[in-house]
Amino acid sequence: MNATNRTVVVTGIGATTPLGGDSASTWEGLLAGRSGVRPLDDERFADLPVRMAATAAVEPDQVLPRPVARKLDRSAQFALIAAREAWADAGYTGPAGEDTAEDGSALIDPDRLGTVIASGIGGVTTLLDQYDVLKEKGVRRVSPHTVPMLMPNGPSANVGLEVGAQAGVHTPVSACASGAEAIGYAVEMIRTGRADVVVAGGTEAAIHPLPIVAFANMMAMSKNNDEPEKASRPYDTARDGFVLGEGAGVVILESAEHAAKRGAKVYCEVLGQGLSADSHHIAQPEPTGRGIAAAVQNLLDATDLKPAELVHLNAHATSTPQGDVAEIKALRRVLGDDVDHIAISGTKSMTGHLLGGAGGIETVATVLALYHRQAPPTINVENLDDEVDADIVRDEPRKLPEGTIAAINNSFGFGGHNVVLAFRTA
Amino acid sequence: MAATQEEIVAGLAEIVNEIAGIPVEDVQLDKSFTDDLDVDSLSMVEVVVAAEERFDVKIPDDDVKNLKTVGDATKYILEHQG
Repeated sequence: MNATNRTVVVTGIGATTPLGGDSASTWEGLLAGRSGVRPLDDERFADLPVRMAATAAVEPDQVLPRPVARKLDRSAQFALIAAREAWADAGYTGPAGEDTAEDGSALIDPDRLGTVIASGIGGVTTLLDQYDVLKEKGVRRVSPHTVPMLMPNGPSANVGLEVGAQAGVHTPVSACASGAEAIGYAVEMIRTGRADVVVAGGTEAAIHPLPIVAFANMMAMSKNNDEPEKASRPYDTARDGFVLGEGAGVVILESAEHAAKRGAKVYCEVLGQGLSADSHHIAQPEPTGRGIAAAVQNLLDATDLKPAELVHLNAHATSTPQGDVAEIKALRRVLGDDVDHIAISGTKSMTGHLLGGAGGIETVATVLALYHRQAPPTINVENLDDEVDADIVRDEPRKLPEGTIAAINNSFGFGGHNVVLAFRTA
Repeated sequence: MAATQEEIVAGLAEIVNEIAGIPVEDVQLDKSFTDDLDVDSLSMVEVVVAAEERFDVKIPDDDVKNLKTVGDATKYILEHQG
């Protein structure tokens, strides 16, 4: 079973986001250029400097039965919903080992199945809520489910239990690059022969007064409370920070042989990843894009991606003054004139920034962009920043070329983590 | 006014329904929390805390392990309620 450089493909997708409760409604929202950012009307947010967020379009406890939902942190609820959609989309109808092909053989053996689902800050709302319970109601009332709910590996572990994964259940943590790093880790699990199928993605549920105030005090968040739907505006001259979002995006990654053997639908190929670290500042982006450029170069060195076939980028583009420009500078530095034929989408303009969930839902968006050959728009770019020397898809979706095409998805995180994932039409 | 056996079983059934989603009519004296009612060791702690509040009884951690069935819990509550 050991193998290296096996081809990895995407066979299933799932999402629950500020734009919709599944991947189809999310994709429709992205193409329509809809903002998922809404005012936070709850009184807990009334006196905060930021009173808006991209809240989930569908409340997870309306999807999951109560006995299931009450034992899961909201981030694990999102992950489970997205994973169930992706698992079914890939053609699996039950847990590993129980799901059989027509000849009675197992569609996937439990010991060949893994999960890698990440989040940036884990079960932070569980932690904060249970501390409130301890203070207000006493020791006895703190939930015995608190630890499994708050641990950042909870979403990956719960999805692993659901599908019966025994090859490994993992959770890389790298702030806002976590979801992308999870997908890269999953690709390596298949490449190195540890698994044939991996459920991979990112999730986040941190819309709570404390994280919001903490991010706002870093001067990282938009304070455009008067026009929430216009607050997330990557590349626009008036951008003033990111808008917090919540939800999850999950894909089923599979070795091409395994997918072919069971006749699975294939969305696209995953070429691999490029990684680097800035070693510059704990939270500020390196202004020249040196670290990002290194990640893109590492991707080119590690895969057979040809810059000429690169037609789409789902950018990190969080709508911060420094970060959006550094990313474009980095691309120019490595790709030169090849940047000119890349249609760049800043989907955080619509979904907000899902932190560790971003790499998950943006992978789903990138996969669908290749599959449907359409790049989603970047909304709210009213005055394009002069320093953004690239082709930003604005207002309307952009048709992508026929033939073999490739796309990359960038995710960067506090701590200086840079992750670039590459995909190509199958 | 102390609860009767029927009231305790009915109360436990509501608690188990809330925590594990098991229909109240399935919560009978002979049923095992773990094997029949989908109450794992963590959820059992929740059942115990909810029962303590509802029936004004203290159930120390050392006694919880002896409460295997709904009947065990009902008997314990009958004997110890305030």
